[in-house]
Amino acid sequence: MKFVDEYRNIDAVKKFAEEIKSVVTKEWIIMEICGGQTHSIMKYRLQDFLPEEITLVHGPGCPVCVTPVDIIDKAHHIAKQKDVILASFGDMLRVPGSHTDLLKVKAEGGDVRVVYSPLDAVNIAEKNPNKKVVFFAVGFETTAPANAMSVVEAERRNITNFSILSSHVLVPPAINAILYSPENKIDGFLAAGHVCTVMGYEEYIPLAEKYKTPIVVTGFEPTDILKGILSCVKQLEKGEAFVENEYKRSVRKEGNIPAKQVMFDVFEITDKTWRGIGEIPKSGFRIKEKYKKFDAERLFNLESVSKEELKVCIAGEIMQGLKKPFECPAFEKECSPENPMGSPMVSSEGACSAYYRYRK
Amino acid sequence: MCLAVPGKIISISEENGLRTAKVSFGGAIKDINIQWLPEAKTGDYILAHVGTGLSIIDEEEAEEAVKTAKEFKDMQDNL
Ligand code: SF4
Repeated sequence: MKFVDEYRNIDAVKKFAEEIKSVVTKEWIIMEICGGQTHSIMKYRLQDFLPEEITLVHGPGCPVCVTPVDIIDKAHHIAKQKDVILASFGDMLRVPGSHTDLLKVKAEGGDVRVVYSPLDAVNIAEKNPNKKVVFFAVGFETTAPANAMSVVEAERRNITNFSILSSHVLVPPAINAILYSPENKIDGFLAAGHVCTVMGYEEYIPLAEKYKTPIVVTGFEPTDILKGILSCVKQLEKGEAFVENEYKRSVRKEGNIPAKQVMFDVFEITDKTWRGIGEIPKSGFRIKEKYKKFDAERLFNLESVSKEELKVCIAGEIMQGLKKPFECPAFEKECSPENPMGSPMVSSEGACSAYYRYRK
Repeated sequence: MCLAVPGKIISISEENGLRTAKVSFGGAIKDINIQWLPEAKTGDYILAHVGTGLSIIDEEEAEEAVKTAKEFKDMQDNL
């Protein structure tokens, strides 16, 4: 607790930390779902503020980490083609596939462009009518609406050389899979505030009831996270289990309705493989039939390439809260952000990279 | 990639037929599509993600949270 004593100006954080300490009597394991929260927890060393009864484990909420290898391989395959521009969020460029990564494909002559927004990819397609522009659309519920919007926009603007390579995952089925597992050790969850900004939090209510596990919608700043942990611990100590919203400045119960409408106009729910974890029923999106002309998987002849995962990488166990990054034999040795052997070492939201950067 | 950041709306216009705002993120100005925030107006704080506004956020709380994060950063820089 040395930080609290040394830095008395961080009053709010200190207040929450003290309150957590005063209510806790038993040991509890709490999982933050979102990689953005994992990043904040490591960056601000929030574990140091918590009493030793509380263990934080890190969930699967990093889209870069869970995008399956065969989709990554498909992106590489598309990007290598002569008449194609592949547009991608920057953090997908270094994710290793079976053989290469997008940065290498680019260095070898592939036209790979980093975009900040899916709409930028649509604009690239409009400006390059002689090229096929494929947007590598990955993400959780936070990103899916904006990705869906790119398809709706391409249709509205009659842009025919645009498509998306889609890989979308959903949080509630992942929580269900973690809680259903006989190995589960998680007592409570911090739900991802930005996912809930889009989706609201009604879907979490049956999960909290079924598994008698508190789920607290939580933001990303240090005070937000401690506030979320405090609410979770209070419920656990009282033997309660319900959904609580501790990110009220952004999250409404019903979420953002127009964003959800666009998302469900373009996508429908399907079974989905998560890298390192495996298939989770009804945990992803696929493009609806009516938008099939924008579906890169149907437009390009993509045979599933070999998808060998490196045996040493324990990303799956880490993302289910069963192990911590430093328990991986490759951590900080063969595997580093400069030379990532698994996806959680690539993105700043990946647990391995967050541990590498901030755990001293 | 999943990060969403708070910013302040400086102005609102139409770009390519989409409701678009110039949003200041601590001084850096970006164009953000605010199609899904019909009630957003100049001066509001919004949460933006991959170029799209997801929600209007309470100004005071947003500033408070950002201030705490800054204090933490100063603290770590001094370690
Ligand atoms: S340290 Fe590297 S190899 Fe080990 S689990 Fe993390 S990403 Fe995989």
